[in-house]
Amino acid sequence: MDPNAVQHINVKIFVDKSSEFRLDDTIRVFHRWIRDSIRPELLIDVADYQHVPAGPGVLLIGHEANYSLDNRENRIGLLYNRKSELDGTFESRVRQAHRSALEACELLEKEPEFEGKLHFDRKTLEVFVNDRLLAPNTDGTWQVLQPELEKCFPGFTIKREGEPRDLLRAAVAGN
Amino acid sequence: MKASNLQWKAQLGDRVPETFSAELDVFEHEIALKKQNKIEDRVFAETRLRRGAYGQRYDNGQRSDGQTTRTLNYPSSATKGPNTLWDAPGMQRIKIPFGGLDAPQMEMLADLCEEYSDGIAHITTRQDVQLHFIHIEDTPALMRRLASVGITTREACGNSVRNVTACPIAGVCREQTFDVTPYAKAITYFLLGHPDAQSFGRKFKIAFSGCKENACGLARLHDFGAIAVTREEGGKTRRGFELWVGGGLGPVPQQARLYDEFVPEEEILPLSQAIARVFARLGEKKNRNTARLKFLVSKLGIEEFKKLVTAERAVLPYDPRWTDYLKDLSKDNEEPLKAPSLLQIGAALAPGFERWHSTNIYRQRQEGYATVTLALPLGDITATQLRAVADISRTYMRETVRSTVEQNLVLRWVSEADLPNLYADLNRADLAAPIAGTIADVSSCPGTDTCKLGIASSRGLAGELRTRLAENNAALDESIGGLRIKVSGCFNSCGQHHVADLGFYGVSRNKNGYTVPHFQVLLGGEWANNAGSYGLAIGAVPSKRIPETVDRITGRYRAERLDGETFQAFIKRIGKAECKKMIEEFAAVPTHEEDPSFYSDWGDPREFTLGDIGVGECAGEVVYPIDFQLVACEREVFEAQLQLDGGNIEKAARMAYESMLHGAQALLKFKFLVAPEEAAMIVDDFRKQFYDTEIFFDPFVRGKFAQDFFRIHEESALPKTNETAHQLIEEAQLFIEACYSCYARMTATPVKASV
Repeated sequence: MDPNAVQHINVKIFVDKSSEFRLDDTIRVFHRWIRDSIRPELLIDVADYQHVPAGPGVLLIGHEANYSLDNRENRIGLLYNRKSELDGTFESRVRQAHRSALEACELLEKEPEFEGKLHFDRKTLEVFVNDRLLAPNTDGTWQVLQPELEKCFPGFTIKREGEPRDLLRAAVAGN
Repeated sequence: MKASNLQWKAQLGDRVPETFSAELDVFEHEIALKKQNKIEDRVFAETRLRRGAYGQRYDNGQRSDGQTTRTLNYPSSATKGPNTLWDAPGMQRIKIPFGGLDAPQMEMLADLCEEYSDGIAHITTRQDVQLHFIHIEDTPALMRRLASVGITTREACGNSVRNVTACPIAGVCREQTFDVTPYAKAITYFLLGHPDAQSFGRKFKIAFSGCKENACGLARLHDFGAIAVTREEGGKTRRGFELWVGGGLGPVPQQARLYDEFVPEEEILPLSQAIARVFARLGEKKNRNTARLKFLVSKLGIEEFKKLVTAERAVLPYDPRWTDYLKDLSKDNEEPLKAPSLLQIGAALAPGFERWHSTNIYRQRQEGYATVTLALPLGDITATQLRAVADISRTYMRETVRSTVEQNLVLRWVSEADLPNLYADLNRADLAAPIAGTIADVSSCPGTDTCKLGIASSRGLAGELRTRLAENNAALDESIGGLRIKVSGCFNSCGQHHVADLGFYGVSRNKNGYTVPHFQVLLGGEWANNAGSYGLAIGAVPSKRIPETVDRITGRYRAERLDGETFQAFIKRIGKAECKKMIEEFAAVPTHEEDPSFYSDWGDPREFTLGDIGVGECAGEVVYPIDFQLVACEREVFEAQLQLDGGNIEKAARMAYESMLHGAQALLKFKFLVAPEEAAMIVDDFRKQFYDTEIFFDPFVRGKFAQDFFRIHEESALPKTNETAHQLIEEAQLFIEACYSCYARMTATPVKASV
């Protein structure tokens, strides 16, 4: 398996437990992001799934990528979901997704609705590959991709997570 | 789009049946040709629609941010249909015949909604599944993966035979005449891709119901609705169907006509083929607004229609598939996984179990087994939940799951003693909401969330009502708990608002120089008796005041209903005038300064606008005479309803017709300050100034409402029946709505964004 063939890297950065914010406010913020073209990607629409327990929360749908305050497994975090292909290596794609997620976290923390209320724990994140063909959730794939992830997150603990039917997913935790 | 798209064919290999694989090769080829611009837009649009790949809101590259309409700069300017950009995300509809799902299918849907969509699978009001925000170039791979688990998206949209629906409790129902499942399955695959079902002017919907009285099948709102009946012949019980044809909701709802009280089972497939041929040959093709079967049946009359179908049936070449499946109807019978058992009443039960049991459990005709409903919020389910349901379906039964037209899932064949454990498992997956089939189990079409046609946020309103009603424990209220609420984002009725106790559909109104989201209120539709009667609109209420309106109406019913009086009977007893009075106090809209929240829709902070379909400039605070004139037209339509209720058919029809004349006159006066008074001249002037110029055209149904007006004018001297007067009132209501929309397009847009 060639790790550099793997695309559609997702990075989720979890919200710090000290945060106290209203998820509903994200709708307003994301609409503003579309209006102001605040990200390099083409931003298209907002999808609200707050009514679904442990669901995808509030999504900002883009052409190249989606951003969301995702609440899967009842663990809320900023999810960057890369949809379109990227040139480069697996490592560069992970770095791009991580960088985009971090930038979005910073922007969210500064939004008037969230200022002082929403904080991200930048050392607790997940990386997963949203394509079961390019990166099947198998031991073989993990053996290839784990060392690549270690290059991207030096000093972090990297652990495989989830059940066999899930996307290949790594919990990444810093000290 | 996915980097893996082209690799799925090889990856799946033999798991995709050859016929499906060949079809998908063709579709992939067509996509390639379209990318080279070698297929016309309209041809490719119908091609993808017949594969279930539908358009979605903003796919013309224009989106209002509440302040102004902006261009969405997609990478490619190529198109996948008229005014539909290639890169714009779309919706994928997935047919689930009779709602039947097994565990691998649910797991596949889970994978697909994660990888290609937004993590949500949406159950529709016709037992389909929809995934949103899908790139067209991802669709062949997605379809191959579905095909690998026996699901096709073929003919999920477009002018074709749509998903065949059936009672979700068919086979386990206590009241059924017999199990309609094998018939629904047989007709699905018989008509799928059938040459006689490829030349329709519009879609064709089929439903099967196991009995007459209950609602599950909704047979009478379908083009082809079959209700299971039996007949004693020569000492033997013979199976057949009471067949209804030409029903439909949409802008002009129509009750199906009884075609035959008894169509023998061996005739149901050939008859469907004969009807398909007649529809294909004689159905309207040019004007899609009058192309559904209901218009053909109305135009010909049921007797003439029957004559034509009978003649067609007589010349059909024999097809062994008509009856092959009847040789072993039990072939697909479901079997339980566990032995029957009874719920142990004495056992300690988890908190909440009893309440859930009271609403979500249906005791099957097979003693010791229950069917369990999972009440999904707005029909939405996550990938994780789908996998949980797959696991549960393997643990407690033989993967016997069905989707429902109320946007839920049902688990069949649960041994009753397993219910406490099943409840615990469902609770862990957040799937044990104790509201199934109650007033809090609100259903809704996608509305402005994703639909191109949506006017108001039906999902936003439905979500708000669901939350409030659940919090108020309305589901437990003996008097109102069993009522049904259904919401549509526009007059096209995908939320099936006509057959709800309380139905709503989205409209807009110009108020104080802004466009304000409203919902028309319909009361007293009948869900039972296979959608036995349709509610009529009694007036529009601002979107933000609908929850109060619901409280008022249900509160009054709770307080004033007579012993055993149904909601329909109550509404009939107090009368439409009184109903209108009830909602009128909620009609007022505060100024923007007083309460700007009225000027945006539920769950969407943007100032409400019709900007996504093109608008003019702000008219400031000026109130034009047309504002009053259109309100007067609405009142006339309402008066027409009262006349019809009183049995004054001709007067009702006359008033409805006149309301249309006055609406047209109001627009003429608005544009030219003067307008003729004589009917023929109003029609002529309106035709010249608003129809020929297309000013009146709705962006999606084009000139339909004006054409209705012209036809009604031409037929104004003809005698009316109760049915034609009822339809005329519906058409008049929609024409007035179209006058409002036209006026809105000509005048106001909001000037400031609240975001």
